[in-house]
Amino acid sequence: MSLIEVVDLHQKYGERDILKNINIRVDRGEAFAVIGPTGAGKTTLLRLIDLLGLPTSGRIYFDGIDVTELRRMKLEVRRRMAFVLQKPVVFNTSVYNNIAYGLKWRGVRESSIRKKVSNILEMVDLLAYRKSNARTLSGGEVQRVAIARAIVNEPEVLLLDEPTANLDPISTSKIEELVANIIHRYDTTIIMATHDMSQGQRLADRIGVLINGEILQTGVPRDVFSSPLNREVAEFVGVENIIDGVIVSSQDKVVTIDIGSGVIEAISDYAVGEEVCACVRPEDIILALSRVSSSARNSFFGEITQVVSLGPLSRIEINCGFRLVALVTKRSAEELNLTRTKKVCATFKATGVHIVRRGR
Amino acid sequence: MTEIWQGFIKAIELIVSLDPEVMEIAGRSLGISMTSCLLASLVCIPLASLIYFHNFPGKRVLINIIQTFFSLPTVCVGLFVFVLFSRAGPLGGTNLLFTPTVMVLGQMILITPILLGLIISALSGVDKAILDTAISLGASGFQVAAVVLREVRYAVLAAIIMGFGRAISEVGIALMVGGNIRGFTRVITTAISLETSKGELELSLALGMILIFLALVVNVTLNRVQQR
Repeated sequence: MSLIEVVDLHQKYGERDILKNINIRVDRGEAFAVIGPTGAGKTTLLRLIDLLGLPTSGRIYFDGIDVTELRRMKLEVRRRMAFVLQKPVVFNTSVYNNIAYGLKWRGVRESSIRKKVSNILEMVDLLAYRKSNARTLSGGEVQRVAIARAIVNEPEVLLLDEPTANLDPISTSKIEELVANIIHRYDTTIIMATHDMSQGQRLADRIGVLINGEILQTGVPRDVFSSPLNREVAEFVGVENIIDGVIVSSQDKVVTIDIGSGVIEAISDYAVGEEVCACVRPEDIILALSRVSSSARNSFFGEITQVVSLGPLSRIEINCGFRLVALVTKRSAEELNLTRTKKVCATFKATGVHIVRRGR
Repeated sequence: MTEIWQGFIKAIELIVSLDPEVMEIAGRSLGISMTSCLLASLVCIPLASLIYFHNFPGKRVLINIIQTFFSLPTVCVGLFVFVLFSRAGPLGGTNLLFTPTVMVLGQMILITPILLGLIISALSGVDKAILDTAISLGASGFQVAAVVLREVRYAVLAAIIMGFGRAISEVGIALMVGGNIRGFTRVITTAISLETSKGELELSLALGMILIFLALVVNVTLNRVQQR
């Protein structure tokens, strides 16, 4: 039985649908990430799961019990969960008191509180700040206090809303390490909302892609990232090459897609005549100055229209009659002298093309 | 001008020599106003929390009425309490008219809207995320109210000090329901009123200076609290 189950959840604010028919099951001990762009409804979903609001319709089950509208049980259920808000706030008191509040409210003995708080402070590396006023801490430290304050109560479910939003890379990496540590050390079920798809990929066992209030795809990160179910998901998970076409032939699952300015070969079960989108990840494209002999079925000559340096990688945009984006290492870009107007050959395998039906 | 200056010198003498009558009046003023302020706080802190944390029809109207009563005329409160406790009034049997007890009650009525309004206003200023954080950390309704009140403790204290300032400086209630009885219900403001009408400017000035000194203490305390 799932620890958290959300069934046909719908939330409306005025005439606007914030969440539409959300169905999620999260098992005990699982780390589930809700990924989606800003404004997709992630925070609303987490707030409803934490019983901080009432859904317009639908049910929320906690450990098999319908807790959607049970007023008397809300406190009891809420005490088995903990929610770290997107912009965490701290109470105007010491770091120690901030973390101890939840335990005091649960009637835990003072000696036990002291021990638990000290252990957690050590875990989040804030022991030296225990007596400092929490309002004097930096953004990353406040985030760590917020997480410590949540996990000190040993919740069965930890809800994290954008745990690293607005943090610098060092603080982000510390928070991610902390979350990974919690997943590793405790049997806590984690439901995390993030717009950072790679963070979801790094931390979660399963991912749900929430776009415009709808869960469009759920699955293990690798499947979601390599096999998006539709165009919206493909765009969100970083597939930059989404080329519209029609399947014109199919033989032993190898399909030929007419894209207007050429054909792409891919592996797919779709039938001839189906209107599809061919999704190719930029990192799956190989660039060379001339055609290379390989098993890759798709080769296109084109002219480079833009080169953007992305740290150790270079993002190359090519006009092959259609727009194609490739990611190569900076070193390769330098060796091939990839500059604007240069002619290159872009090659990718049929297996590197993911096909989704258009209009789904 | 000379008369005022002489009165000023005499007033300082009365204060420095700790004149028994002046000290007694000042002590009574402090006692009555502090008691009314304490009792009003005990009523207003939970009541303001109750109003703020609960949604009910007419809440906005109620808050508007409370804010309107900030400028409640003291003589109106005095008249109301007088009618209530006069021999023919509903509480006439208690024989409390012209006692410090009824003065405390009158001042409580006077400052209750100020305390309620300012505490509700302080609670309204709390970041909604503080409430959500407390609720999501498993606080009960009472625990949420307690932690949020703790967040606005300085604003609540400032409201109490404001209430105290209003109570100690009012004259209408003290005169109407206290009766300005020497040695029993005479307070600084009623004594100033009486002594001035008798032409005893020295005593009036001395009492006035004490009142201003108390106001200064109140203001300094308020500033200290807000600077923390």
